[in-house]
This record gives sequence, structure tokens and C-alpha cells, in this order.
Amino acid sequence: MAEDRGMFTVQQTVGSVLCCKCGVPMAPNAANMCVKCLRSEVDITEGLQKHVIILHCPECNCYLQPPKTWIKAELESKELLTFCVKRLKNMNRVRLVHAEFVWTEPHSKRIKVRLRVQKEVLNGAILEQAYVVEYVQQEHMCESCSRIQANPDQWVASVQLRQHVPHRRTFFYLEQLILKHDAAAHAIKIKQMDQGIDFFFANRSHGVKFVEFIGKVAPVRSRHDKQLVSHDPKSNNYNYKYTFSVEISPICREDLICLPPKVAVSLGNFGPLVICTKISNSIALLDPFTLRQCFLDADQYWRTSFKSLLTSRQLVEYIVLDVEMVSAEVNISGTKYALADAQVARVSDFGNNDRIFSIRTHLGHILSPGDYALGYDLFSANTNDMELDKHRGLILPDAILVRKSFEEKRQRKRGKARPWKLKTLNMEVDENRNRADEEKQNNEYEQFLRDLEENPDLRFNISLYRNKDYQPSEMASVTDGELPSIPLDELLADLDLSDEEMEPVA
Amino acid sequence: MATRIQFENNCEVGVFSKLTNAYCLVAIGGSESFYSVFEGELADVIPVVKTSIAGTRIIGRLCAGNKKGLLLPHNTTDQELQHLRNSLPDQVVVQRIEERLSALGNCIACNDHVALTHPDLDKETEEMIADVLGVEVFRQTIAGNILVGSYCAFSNRGGLVHPHTSIEDLDELSTLLQVPLVAGTVNRGSEVIAAGMTVNDWAAFCGSDTTATEMSVIESVFKLREAQPSSIVDEMRKSLIDSYV
Repeated sequence: MAEDRGMFTVQQTVGSVLCCKCGVPMAPNAANMCVKCLRSEVDITEGLQKHVIILHCPECNCYLQPPKTWIKAELESKELLTFCVKRLKNMNRVRLVHAEFVWTEPHSKRIKVRLRVQKEVLNGAILEQAYVVEYVQQEHMCESCSRIQANPDQWVASVQLRQHVPHRRTFFYLEQLILKHDAAAHAIKIKQMDQGIDFFFANRSHGVKFVEFIGKVAPVRSRHDKQLVSHDPKSNNYNYKYTFSVEISPICREDLICLPPKVAVSLGNFGPLVICTKISNSIALLDPFTLRQCFLDADQYWRTSFKSLLTSRQLVEYIVLDVEMVSAEVNISGTKYALADAQVARVSDFGNNDRIFSIRTHLGHILSPGDYALGYDLFSANTNDMELDKHRGLILPDAILVRKSFEEKRQRKRGKARPWKLKTLNMEVDENRNRADEEKQNNEYEQFLRDLEENPDLRFNISLYRNKDYQPSEMASVTDGELPSIPLDELLADLDLSDEEMEPVA
Repeated sequence: MATRIQFENNCEVGVFSKLTNAYCLVAIGGSESFYSVFEGELADVIPVVKTSIAGTRIIGRLCAGNKKGLLLPHNTTDQELQHLRNSLPDQVVVQRIEERLSALGNCIACNDHVALTHPDLDKETEEMIADVLGVEVFRQTIAGNILVGSYCAFSNRGGLVHPHTSIEDLDELSTLLQVPLVAGTVNRGSEVIAAGMTVNDWAAFCGSDTTATEMSVIESVFKLREAQPSSIVDEMRKSLIDSYV
């Protein structure tokens, strides 16, 4: 600037001239007319819309932005203001400076917006003018609401989850996982079926997302199909119902499996008798005699699918008489194992006869004489699996121990409430179930809760909530010595939206 | 007296006419009504001459003059020069000057005593102006514009300048010119004063778009309300006076 360089400049004061129309003194501007005279001459809001009709859906409180988008907005909100301004045509001739709502009665179905616009007039003068636009709100149901009104149970995608095993342990675990990850948030209905659960969604992409989620937590194979529901020949719109059929592998945790010869060889001569230790999206198999561990991907499993030889329902209780360590404790992917030779007797035999089995077990690190353990009784089991016959020269051991049992201690603790609880999905249940099925389901659920208590890695993916009704009794301290229980710091405080006082968060 | 007038439906009357205290030049128009208005106002007092300069009709912007002389641009034809010499009174010196800026009416604004000129005018031209017109010459700008002849119009009694002129500039110009000045507009807010009106000591002619407010400003600053031609034609130099209307 000239002033910065040290030049002397005279300070310029703006003079005043008379407005050429009304004669009132004013500062000179490009039009040399006072604002009122200029406004009376020129109306910059000429040609702009002052009255607009907008469509509103009363069910979901959305406004239509043609041709097809419905925008959810409250009265006098930012989204509504943006929507109203967007609906005005011809706004490219003037510049919008300010927009705000004028209060109208909420039920009057009128929305008023005051806009301030600027435009250049008469050789360079910029004039600013405020005006009000009135929007008339007409009620019109949007397509999704009308579809729901017509048939509330209508679904577009369904996911049928099945596992062909006689128990429902996997589904209890999956239910907790789904709750933790909120994967069924978009499901409009969940139905419990025989050997599985059905999920219904309103959108195909929700169904696909759910199937992918399941694929990440369990070894599954799936197929999908679609069924034509309606067809609009003029605009070539086709409406389908999509069905995804997802089958979970029948191998469960703690199952005893005899691998078919091809699979055993492809895994490097993995001992054909294996125990399944962990199921996630791959199956972890442990050879109890050599302590080798192997993983089978979902694809690999389904290419050569096999069934388990004995499941955890056929576990028998043994009492350990003697343990001799054979090898040192090893740590295999987080869990400790130790090979040991043990002398065990079945609890049913104990005291009745002298039948004792000498077996090799992988639980040497936790077993000591006098302990109870659960294992598979291969001595008296009648296995008619064809895979066993294919292996030539396979000698079956008498028993394979799988885990330690706390049954005795549980007897003492029977009936006492647990300090923690789980949430459930709200499923529709078939009305035709009889009492026997219900009892079976309750027993299985109780078994599942016990599994959770005993296995910390099973709890890893699940949210446990503090049980407010639990009162710790004095007896607990005496008997609780060896019974595995869940430490309190793993429990979450349940979110309670009522007015009761909350316990402090864990 | 201030009169509203139109040249062929155009309100820029200062472009097509030149009015001084001793003569009036008028462009050759399609209809005689323009000429007849001037005749009606001025015929018995001063000669009203129809002419063209350089073959054009924009004579008001091409020439500059007062009662003592008239300056014409270099592209004036010989016939026009001869015609003007013949028509104007003998006291008026008609001179054609060689100047690069040939629109002398836009570059020079003068009354009978003082002239304001474009800052880039040649030195010879400035001497010529002082000589022919008998005035003191000042190089000035008005509201930052160098075309002083366009943005101001002044007579021996008062002057009207561009509306955006600041108060300091107004004071400075007033001191130089020794007449009261006011910033205003003509022809409904037009800032080009000299193109919109032409004025001498007792008469003013404005474009027909001029509003009543503008007319009252013009009449008050040029003191036209009580003006009589005979009392003004005498030479008198007055110091700065504030007029009470």
C-alpha cells in the first residue's frame, strides 16, 4: 500500500449526496439512490418461488425429495432447512445470504422460511432483500412404510442357519456372539426352528452382511437362492425374495473324531483319533497322544467332510487313581498340555469291580490322584463308524480323558444363583414343543453356562452382565475353593434405563 | 433557469451541446426541437450555432471553451473551423490545437477564470489553454478519475462534481476554483455530470431523466433561481461565498 511505503496520503472522508429520488441525504453508492427508493424501484425477488408444496410421510416423519429419496427431518431442524432451500428453483440468479425458520403451529401443515438474498442492480449496486417462502406440507406415505403397512411380516432376505447335531450348544454360543456384535440389528424377525434358527431381513444386503458375519465365527458353507415375487414389465423392475441357507459343520468342541485316511495323510499323518479343541471360523484339532495341533479351514473341512465319532453327550466320568508325567508341560497356542500316563477307573466301576485302565492322557498338568475327569469310554463303546474300518491296524485306546470334572462340588452348590447372567435374543419359538423338549433345552443351557464358567477363552467373545439379584452368602467362601468361577472384573454392568440406582461399573 | 431536454430521445445533453456565457454550440440533430429549446431560452442574448466537429455530433465532449475562446481538436475540418469563426462573435478566439488527447471536452473543464485539466495533458496545450481561454490552469483529478471534463460541470457561480468525491477533495477543489461546489448526480443517479447537463451563469439544461431533487440541487448550487442574464454577463470575480437558499 502507498501508506506503507511512506508516501503521504490525505485521509478521505466520504461526503454525502442527496438521494436522486427522495432527496434524503445519504452516502453515495453505485446507484445514488437511497435504499428505500432502490427497493421501490427494483424487486430482486421477482421470479422466485414464494409458495412450494412438499410431501411428508406421517409414519416415519420423512420428506420426499423427488424423484425417490425420503429424508428424515424434525421440524425446525438443520436437515429440514437444507431440504427446504434445495427445493427452491431459480436460486442461481440471486445469492442466498441467510435462511431461518419463522414459527408456525406444528399441526398447521405450513412451514415458513425467511430468506435473505442479494443481487446486483443498476450499475454495480448490490441490493439485499428478505422475503418469506411458505411450504405447504401434504401427507403421502413413503413406499417402505406402505409396504410395511400392507404386510408387516414381509421379508426380502432370510438366512436359515442349521447344524445337524442333536444339541443346541452352538446356537447358545452364537446367540451371545450375535448379541455382542449387534449383528442381528436389522433383523425383522428371528424364529427358532428344529436344528437351527431362521433370521428374516428387509433388505438383501443386511442378509448378506449377516451371512458374512457367521462365516467369520463358525466353519460354514452356504448357498443362496432367489424367488420372483413380482415383476413390473413397463419399468422392468423385479422384486425377489432371497434365501441364504447356511450350514454349520457338525463338529463341536470336545468331540472325539476319527479322521478319514485321506485327511489324516494330507495333514501329515496326523493320528486318526483327535479331539476338537476350538471352533471359530476354523476347526482346531489336537492329537492327545502326540500333542500335535492342526487347523482345518472351513473350505478344507467341507471338501472332505467327516462326522465326529463320539460327542460330549457320551462323556463318562472317571476317577483318577495315579498320574505319571511323561513329558514336560508344553504351551500350544495359549493352552498348556502335558503328556502323562494315568491309571483311571470309571466311577460306575469304582467300588463295584476292579477294572482299571492304563491310558495316556494330555491333561497331565491338571490331574492329580483323586480327581474326577470326564472322558470317552472307548472300551465299551460301540462305534460303527466306517472311517474306523478304513484305517488298517489302528489300535483304539481304552479311554481318552477330555477335561476335569467338577461334578461333586457342583452338587454342593446346586440351586445357588450365579453372580452373572446373560442376555438373550428375542426369538419366536415354535408353539408345538412339548415338555420333554423344553426340559432338554434347559439342561443344555445349564451345561452351556457351566462351560462358560470353566473356560476363560470361551468367555472371550461374550458380554457377561452383573446379576443384580445375586446375594453372596457366607457359605460360598467355604465351598468355593476350587470351583472355577468368573472373576468379577469380567462382568459388565447391565445398562438399565429405568430410574433405579446403578451399581458402579466393573 | 434549469430546463429538462432530450436530444433524439437521449438524456445526455451535455454530449451534444456546449454552453458558455458568450455563445452556444448545438449538434445537428434529426429533429429541430433540440435546437428550438436552446433558441427559445437564449436567442436574444447569445448566438446559438449549429455545427459538427470532425464530422461527428458529439461536439460537447470534443471542444472546450469559455466566453473568451474556443479550443477545437486536431481532427476538426477546415470548413467546420471556418464556419465557427464566421458564426461566433469576434471577441471569441477559435483555435485548433494539436493534442494527443483529442476529446478536449472530457479533458478540460473551465469557466471564465479557472480551468481544471487532465493530468496527462501536454505542456504546450496547457500554455495554449492559458493563452486562448485566459484562465489559470490546474491539473487535477476528481474522485480519483482523470477525466475531469466529464465528471464535473462548473460555471462562474457554482459547480457540481461526481457524487463519490470526498469532503477533503471538495474543499481543495473549491479553494482552487473559488466557487461553491456540491457533490451530486444528474439524470436519475448518473455520475457523469458534464455529459448529463450543460450550464452557464444564468441557464442550465439537463437530461429529461433528471429528478426533481437533482434539479433543485442544480438550481441552488448554480444560483439559477434569481439569475438574470444581463447582470451576469459583466465580468466579476468573487471570493468563496456560502449561499443561503
